[in-house]
Amino acid sequence: MSTFWSWFVAILTIANLIGCYWLIKWATKPRSGEAAEGDVTGHTWDGDLQEFNNPLPRWWLWLFYITLIFAFLYMALYPGSGIYKGSFGWSQTGQYEAEMSKAEQTYGPIFAKFAKQDIPTLANDPQARQIGQRLFINYCSTCHGSDAGGAPGFPNLTDNDWLYGNKAEDIENSILNGRTGVMPAMGGALGEQGVKEVTAYVISLSGRNADTALASSGKTKFEAMCAACHHASGTGNTLIGAPNLTDKTWLYGGSAGIIAKTIRDGRTGSMPPHRNFLGEDKAHVLAGYIYSLRNAQ
Amino acid sequence: MALNKTPADNTPSCNEELYAKHEKIYPRAVSGLFATWRVMGVLVLLGAYYFIPWLNWDNHQAVLFDLPDRKFFIFGLTFWPQDFFYLAVLLIIAALSLFFFTTLAGRLWCGYACPQTVWTEAFLWIERKIEGSRNKQMKLAKAPWSARKLRIVGTKHFIWIIFSLWTGFTFVGYFTPITELWASSLAITLGPWETFWVFFYGFATYGNAGWMREQVCIYMCPYARFQSAMFDKNTLVISYDDARGEPRGSRKKTDNREDKGLGECVDCTLCVQVCPTGIDIRQGLQYQCIGCAACVDVCNQVMEKMDYPKNLIRYTTENAIEGKPTKIIRPRIIFYSILLLATTSALIYAMLVRIPLELDIIRDRNALYRETNEGLIENVYTLKVINMDNQAHDYSLHVTGIEQLKLIQRQENIYVPSGQVISLPVRVQVDPINIKTAASDLTFTLQSKSNKELIVIEAGRFIGPLIR
Repeated sequence: MSTFWSWFVAILTIANLIGCYWLIKWATKPRSGEAAEGDVTGHTWDGDLQEFNNPLPRWWLWLFYITLIFAFLYMALYPGSGIYKGSFGWSQTGQYEAEMSKAEQTYGPIFAKFAKQDIPTLANDPQARQIGQRLFINYCSTCHGSDAGGAPGFPNLTDNDWLYGNKAEDIENSILNGRTGVMPAMGGALGEQGVKEVTAYVISLSGRNADTALASSGKTKFEAMCAACHHASGTGNTLIGAPNLTDKTWLYGGSAGIIAKTIRDGRTGSMPPHRNFLGEDKAHVLAGYIYSLRNAQ
Repeated sequence: MALNKTPADNTPSCNEELYAKHEKIYPRAVSGLFATWRVMGVLVLLGAYYFIPWLNWDNHQAVLFDLPDRKFFIFGLTFWPQDFFYLAVLLIIAALSLFFFTTLAGRLWCGYACPQTVWTEAFLWIERKIEGSRNKQMKLAKAPWSARKLRIVGTKHFIWIIFSLWTGFTFVGYFTPITELWASSLAITLGPWETFWVFFYGFATYGNAGWMREQVCIYMCPYARFQSAMFDKNTLVISYDDARGEPRGSRKKTDNREDKGLGECVDCTLCVQVCPTGIDIRQGLQYQCIGCAACVDVCNQVMEKMDYPKNLIRYTTENAIEGKPTKIIRPRIIFYSILLLATTSALIYAMLVRIPLELDIIRDRNALYRETNEGLIENVYTLKVINMDNQAHDYSLHVTGIEQLKLIQRQENIYVPSGQVISLPVRVQVDPINIKTAASDLTFTLQSKSNKELIVIEAGRFIGPLIR
């Protein structure tokens, strides 16, 4: 809040409170010509409805004063007047941090206990699996689906196809540090005909039918340009996340057109790192849950 | 005509000229038909209030509003936040009852059932037992402070405060199991919020019933003000029969009142002395009148002693006073009764057929649909299964809506402990050739395996490509 607005808020609020006090003082002064206490004021509505000038009870006045005192006290203790923080030092972030540290005290020991166990053990522990499932639904299901079955561009975590390795540590690594799966765009280097040929060859790798002429030309180009990452046999490289092209799992789609686009324009898959905002302990339990999903189908 | 207060020193300090110091009202004790009804009301209502939290049902307190756990127990029924609709209906019924009873017979609530009246009556009874009758109380108030006065007044406030603390304690006992609360209180280990609320409600009881009393009815309660809007000429209100009573004046019982030219009112002012809001009903119906009928009871006693006919002050209608016929069954009454009957029956019926099971279907929205390697189309759902029963259940799930659809769950059996919610991801898989519309309607049926009556049917949506 800038200084100007801070003063704006502070002055208006305090002035209004003082104004309320002035108002009650002004209203208690009798005016000449006013009806005496207990008399009718002289106004008549609907033929015979009259108004008396009866006094308000004194306790009402005292309640009003008490609310004014409360208001001034509040302004002194809490941040109600602009930049001034109030002598209690209360803030929204402070309250949030207090709640977070209280939660940490309650839930920290549970995660600390699991942090000591290895991932396969966690995968067999029902409580760890349930916590992992809730964490998954919270943090992972938007991309990977609530059944972890994936979506175009987001891997299926329930099958046996692992881009970066199927060991527990690989999974935990993906969660903690994230992954960036980059397929460089080969369209410029290959040209449109080259893309057609390599597409045909890639399709043939998984046992599907493809034009043999195109495929054999594509094989030469594949060995020259693609084998470095995908291995000459096309089985992929888990160290860099190059997919296995000989199976039936296609991260972005397995039709000829989609494979051609992948080759031509490249792909950038992004798994965000979770180490900082989730913490290692929670990521550990998450990894346990994902590990438990394998072979579950 | 001003409030008929006892003449007081009406020269306030110059700062508060327009504010009058509150003059305490000493309602005289009264007995009679309506006083008996009120005492019954006080005993039943207060009895229920203080006794019910100590009752148990199944394995929980019979009436408990567990706010942190968000479960509201009323004997055999357990309400969840999803059931708040019923509370809204209950409030509507309360409002309709208000309109109905007020149009029929005025401020019945105020005079016999309102917590302000009920607790004030209890406090008045305590006051009478300690300080004595009305005259004794007034004398004590005027007397200078002495050891005796201190002792008497001190005892009264002490008992009031104990009673108030007990009231506050009982109130919190509706939200925290009262036996635990009691144990904590004895061990002085009450939590900060519980302590605060016990003292807050205790203070409110002490303040409202001990000090404020009729000030609440006269100045604070909005109910008091808008009730008059619901009166009509056929509403039963408490009235002084002007025609019979006037001209008023004292006379001996043996006198012939017609000879003396007097009406039945002997001007004993007992009707003013018993009034808890300090009005004179002989001046006509006033907004301060809470309809407690104390004036009716006391006047009848006097009329009996004088051998005059009773009911000089009585429940009557404006039409009756003017000599016109009173119509009890009129359009408003009929209309309110029908509405009241309809809403109450609807609520009771809903309670009876209520199924303690709920299924919410949340379709994954990260992608419209998913295509498997074999070209089948999948939609993923997160199901929330809420078991509101007081025992655990195994449920089975069926889905229909598209030909040859396949439901894939991690486990076939859905086990939910009592009072729990589980999140269940499931997949529905179809061959795209069977998809007839881009968005198809599915029907999910969840049924308990042990109790076939526990069944819910919910609609879901399946999105997939149309094959032409």
